[in-house]
Amino acid sequence: MTQMEPTAASKPDPQAQAQAGSVKREVLYRHSVVVRVTHWIGVLCVSLLLMSGLRLFNYHPALYWGNVGYGGISAFLAIGSRIDPASRTPVGFVRIAGREFVTTGVLGVSYDSDRGRMVPRAFPAWLTSPGEPGLALTRDWHFLMAWLFVANGIVYLWIGILNGHFRRDLAPTADQLRPRHILADICDHVRLRPPRGEAARRYNLLQKLAYLTVVFVLLPLMLLTGVTMSPAVVAAAPGLLDLFGGRQSARTIHFLVANLLVLFVLVHVIEMILAGAVNGMRSMITGRYVIRAEEGT
Amino acid sequence: MRRAISRRALLRTGAAAVGSLTLSGCDGVFDSPSLRGVLDFGQLVSLNAQRLLLAQQPLAREFSPADISPDFPPNGTAMPNGFGYFQLMISNFAAWRLTVDGLVRRPLSHSLDEIKAMPSRTQITLHCCDEGWSAIGQWTGVPLSHILDAADLMPKARYIVFHCLDELERLPNRGGFYYESLDLFDAFHPQTILAYGMNGGALPIRHGAPLRLRVERQVGYKSAKFVTRIEAVERLDGLGRGQGGFWEDRGYQWYGGL
Repeated sequence: MTQMEPTAASKPDPQAQAQAGSVKREVLYRHSVVVRVTHWIGVLCVSLLLMSGLRLFNYHPALYWGNVGYGGISAFLAIGSRIDPASRTPVGFVRIAGREFVTTGVLGVSYDSDRGRMVPRAFPAWLTSPGEPGLALTRDWHFLMAWLFVANGIVYLWIGILNGHFRRDLAPTADQLRPRHILADICDHVRLRPPRGEAARRYNLLQKLAYLTVVFVLLPLMLLTGVTMSPAVVAAAPGLLDLFGGRQSARTIHFLVANLLVLFVLVHVIEMILAGAVNGMRSMITGRYVIRAEEGT
Repeated sequence: MRRAISRRALLRTGAAAVGSLTLSGCDGVFDSPSLRGVLDFGQLVSLNAQRLLLAQQPLAREFSPADISPDFPPNGTAMPNGFGYFQLMISNFAAWRLTVDGLVRRPLSHSLDEIKAMPSRTQITLHCCDEGWSAIGQWTGVPLSHILDAADLMPKARYIVFHCLDELERLPNRGGFYYESLDLFDAFHPQTILAYGMNGGALPIRHGAPLRLRVERQVGYKSAKFVTRIEAVERLDGLGRGQGGFWEDRGYQWYGGL
């Protein structure tokens, strides 16, 4: 699947020019069409699920543990607002385990461009999906995207198992699991040094572990905690309530894991930019990934 | 070479389309009428998937008395407006009656005492609001199936409509009263009851006295409060604005299983 292409095929890179002559370019067909299509459908789904999910959260911006949770029960995380008596302006806050953090402007109280003033609202309007009637429309979008996401995930998992994508590309190899290699991999990440040359041919260990965690732990958790909030699903599968410790616990886990996914996306995008944004983006669109190898390596 | 250019042009067009979609404000996208059909399709998928999941008619989990939420929040109307309800309330619902009509062979009219004398079911269940909160309450009432069997539905009847005493929106035509509907799949479920008791006592006003519906496998707004009339119908489009309920007429999902 690899092929050699002349250097001139892509934009000149200052570093490549400096080392002109000693640098070979190799174009690798990295991502199968299934990976690429399901990746971008996944991006669409996760973006819309996040925007609609944050708006759904706004209708009851508090998290509890167990089955029961409503105004009047102590929440271990709540986003709210109050009027500051001295300045008579709204103050937004996040309360975690009884400790209050002022977050005016972003959480609790934020600017609404439609109304031209600060309004009490857990997550700001610019972060959440719009439209009326808010709760119903947002639920429609959230559930539609969840269905699309599940269908997309089934295709990805099915094909990935059949064509050996997980075994070949995502499972860590024996050499990657040696302590010395693990240490070196961690050091490279800490120093923000992306893999070059031969090492860029495959995913590095932390990258593999991150992808495996997202695909096989976090996303299934999102799905399971999501359906645990459905009264019909838990009537058919009451074990879900026991598994997560109750409907509100499932809602809390759903929220926390969504935050982990946001964190993953941030790191994923930063790493992609560090390793070469154009190359990375091209490889996820056309499948072709350029490896730059120094002669002799 | 030409192919490479055309592909690049394609990508550029695609990127521009995504960009303009984002910049033009998502408002138009999220509630655009042209996407309504896609969202309705999503609702249909959810309904059918959950009907498949519930084909054996499992019961929703029932909890123990120790789990009951002491200050269960009321959903919807806490105190109906109007003199009509006030009169019923001060007479302790002595003049209140439940009527059952529509596509039934035996229309019924019952006092509260008559309903309390019918076979009863008590269940401690989790109330799930679509806003995200949930609370546990104990409900005592007559299974809806008992009333429907007594009224003897005609074969044409497909939906059971619940007309309520609370006027949630003041409209010139007095069309703003709460109402809800179920299809027969949920109407005949053993836990679908008309409750007159809560947590061992009488059903409080704020929870829908004297009689409210409990639909345990759907979200809270389906469990209509202050029920006064049950009507069996073939279609929902002749009622209200035709969507099958007060909130449904205002854009909410008719099926509330998720």
